[in-house]
Amino acid sequence: MKNLFLKISTFAAVTVFASAAFAVLISAQQPQIRTPRQMPMPANPDFSKLEVQTLHVQGNIHLIAGAGGNIVVQAGDDGVLMVDTGYDKMSDKVMAALKKISTKPIRDIVLTTLADDHTGANEVFVKAGSVNQAGPGLGGRPNTADLIGSGDLLRIMTEIGPDKISVNRWPPKTFLTPRMDFYMNDEPVIIMHIPEANTGGDSMVWFRRSDVVVTGDIFDETSFPHIDLEHGGGINGIIEGLNQLLEITVPKHLQEGGTMVVPGHGRISDEHDVLEYRDMVTIIRNRVQNAINKKMTLAQIKATKPSYTYEYELRFGNNKAWTPEMFVEAIYKSLTAAKP
Amino acid sequence: MQNVSRVAVMLFLFFAVMLIGSIPAFAQVDLTGVWNPNVQDEDNPERLQGPSLVEFVGLPINDQARVWGLSYRSSRLSLSEHQCQVHVVEYIHRGPMAMRMWEERDLITGQLIAIHENINTYEQFRTIWMDGRPHPSEYAPHTWMGFSTGVWEGNMLTVTTTHVKQGWHRRENIPASDEVTVIEHYVKHGNTLVHISVTEDPIFLAEPLIKSEDFTLSADPNNFNPFWPCEYTDEGEFARGTVPSYFAGENPYVAQYAAEHNLPQEVTLGGAETMYPEYRTKVKSLPVAVYPPAAAATPATPAPAAPRGGGAAPAPAGGGRGAATPAGGRGQ
Repeated sequence: MKNLFLKISTFAAVTVFASAAFAVLISAQQPQIRTPRQMPMPANPDFSKLEVQTLHVQGNIHLIAGAGGNIVVQAGDDGVLMVDTGYDKMSDKVMAALKKISTKPIRDIVLTTLADDHTGANEVFVKAGSVNQAGPGLGGRPNTADLIGSGDLLRIMTEIGPDKISVNRWPPKTFLTPRMDFYMNDEPVIIMHIPEANTGGDSMVWFRRSDVVVTGDIFDETSFPHIDLEHGGGINGIIEGLNQLLEITVPKHLQEGGTMVVPGHGRISDEHDVLEYRDMVTIIRNRVQNAINKKMTLAQIKATKPSYTYEYELRFGNNKAWTPEMFVEAIYKSLTAAKP
Repeated sequence: MQNVSRVAVMLFLFFAVMLIGSIPAFAQVDLTGVWNPNVQDEDNPERLQGPSLVEFVGLPINDQARVWGLSYRSSRLSLSEHQCQVHVVEYIHRGPMAMRMWEERDLITGQLIAIHENINTYEQFRTIWMDGRPHPSEYAPHTWMGFSTGVWEGNMLTVTTTHVKQGWHRRENIPASDEVTVIEHYVKHGNTLVHISVTEDPIFLAEPLIKSEDFTLSADPNNFNPFWPCEYTDEGEFARGTVPSYFAGENPYVAQYAAEHNLPQEVTLGGAETMYPEYRTKVKSLPVAVYPPAAAATPATPAPAAPRGGGAAPAPAGGGRGAATPAGGRGQ
């Protein structure tokens, strides 16, 4: 009897121990779920390890992310319209993702800005597409997709020159007015040129029925906005672009949803996300302007603690190619530059 | 043969005990009903009159959040796009809210697919997915209520929420980033529901922010007003693109709350240290804040925002158009 009691006790102890160990093992195997950080892509990524993701935004609009800048695809019966093309070295993966969205030909490609991570694969996708007509394309060119950008973007590319940026990346179809519009896939497509923003040649693209705006780098969920002073960028143009965005976007319910916004980098957003970003950029601009008004030098501004970007740096200051110090310096130079 | 059957019995018993041990994971409590808040204790000011400006005491905020809060002008909420801004999920359970909860089950199998919450503050609807689906991609949009999945831990519902919009940890002037993760626990005791939240914020918190609230099951399930309409109005108060904000060192209200409650300034600036009992000893050694400051002047250059423990240098009151009101901003 005593022996039986011992056996049962031993069995119970072993089982309880094993059960606890099993539970610990199982719980340890459950991954911790955390909100993914909005981090910028490394300056020199290993492209072979990068993968793209495709998300449906709403209406006709899809996002292909992970190939550099965000790429947007409008797909419908008329064919495919792309906004930006990403890095050249990611074009195979983007093409594969694109074919899953639509097998229709690429008709138009709209460029939001100058940077390689937005325009690097222009040539690949232009050649892969065709305009919706018989015979040659624009200006007797081969029947390929139309590449569209602001006149200022073309001017900047030509000034940079073909040695540094291939002519095949230059947009032959340009507009010199503040806006260009056309109708495709059952909706108006409105291209809005925003002067003196990231560069002098930036544009946002508004898909009016789908209710989606594609911003280029004027709105960047992973970084302070880049200001390319050398190529016509300026802080006030960026803020103007963000304010125009707030005028276009309409939330569906209590400041959420409705018009969706695809930033140059990072997650799909809506008006409130743009609003917080606009507030931040404006507050930092105002701090620098206030210091300029008080005759502070750039060195004094940079030496101020806490820095003018301090409370935003953990969220937006992780871009090693565009640090908070570089951002503040660009604002200072932008605000103090002599206007012609 | 006897040994074989003994082994078989032992194995059967072993797995039976293992199974019994795991039963709590499948124990489900029905949270269905209308739950009304018990407004009391620590959550009273959050739910009713709202905190004062620069009342950061007891919040485990980091220096970045403090600098953000000290530059904040509550008139920012009068910008048209901010007027209908919603309490985020990590805050809304301290809104003056009631909530209706109900289950969504598979019609054939009866499996619990989701638990829904209709929170009447700001007409928010929330789905807690119970079917094991993954959280969305890093490129997916964020919402006020985020994306939630739940599991049963014994009779406690544990919910993990990601993809929340930027909001606040303390109403208006302590921000909560859009990179928070919220872990919630729902524990039902008869007609009482205890809600515990643990918020992690890599941008604005030095340590997790842990809060709890109590709710009571309403005897009348129809006693629930789901409406919270909000329509923004632009009264032309601000020029286009204006964003009200204080420059560093120019917030006139930094010392007000501290002085009115005979507290040292440092205490009201928050930080993880202010959460713990040992901090009471330090409080006794600090000077009480004075408000309004005797002779303050606008600094010649932007002064640093109040560092932790260094107090602030309040500028003159009367911050001009859009100045923060002493009573704080939105009351709900």
